[in-house]
Amino acid sequence: MSTAGTLQITAQGDRELVITRRFDAPCTLVFAAMTKPELVKRWLGVFGGWSLAVCEIDLRVGGAYRYEWHGPKGARMGMRGVTREVTPPARWVATGRFDEAWYPGEEINTSVLVEQRGQTTLTNTVRYESQEARDMVLKSPMEKGMAAGYDNLEKVLATMAQEG
Amino acid sequence: MTRSKRLDATFAALADPTRRAILARLASGEASVTELARPFEMSQPAISKHLKVLERAGLVSRGRDAQRRPRRLAAKPLAEANGWLEGYRRFWEGSFRQLDTLLEQMKARRKHKGDIR
Repeated sequence: MSTAGTLQITAQGDRELVITRRFDAPCTLVFAAMTKPELVKRWLGVFGGWSLAVCEIDLRVGGAYRYEWHGPKGARMGMRGVTREVTPPARWVATGRFDEAWYPGEEINTSVLVEQRGQTTLTNTVRYESQEARDMVLKSPMEKGMAAGYDNLEKVLATMAQEG
Repeated sequence: MTRSKRLDATFAALADPTRRAILARLASGEASVTELARPFEMSQPAISKHLKVLERAGLVSRGRDAQRRPRRLAAKPLAEANGWLEGYRRFWEGSFRQLDTLLEQMKARRKHKGDIR
């Protein structure tokens, strides 16, 4: 597990967000873990008292998927979408929308898996309906434009926290 | 303002690259409007307009000096916005750590099956 990569979240173009992560397992296993409901139920959002109580995936083009998470104190979260394209075990494209989305429109999720020496890199590109929607999700402080001032900002925040 | 409304105002203010650059500059210390306008190819009124948006979002406040009227960073809303982003990151980090564990189990099972064969 020590060879697994660190998570990266970056902005790409106006409307996209790219999440990358390397896994210490071959492509076929990662694809299965990402698309078979009984396996997805064991990891996606499953931590900190949350479970993926409902997980239905019809992996055919035009097929629907549905996720429902149950959290502490009766908290609920849901997401649904439709498969647009699927090429096992390397690529899966699907639309998606949270039940209570805090940003406008649907997102389009493209997951690409590339295996190299037994390890697999997942690149998940999330395309939002508009730049506005993407920015609402990304929340700028981590964007490049902010990076220069960010180290300083951390110090400022730390100081202010101390001062109360 | 509710926390959600406040976040909306913060994120709307942060959606503009010039405003982000202004905040980045203020993160290293307070500055007057003239000083803020200098690195940008923009008029002072244009910069003032951006500052108004940032002030309304509570991201920037005014210093005491009546002559210079320096602007300074108000960090609390930014900390909240950053906290939200941290939530997004935490979701994926938490999920992928679980996935690592699952993949280890899947690999072990597959190896075991291979041994039996």
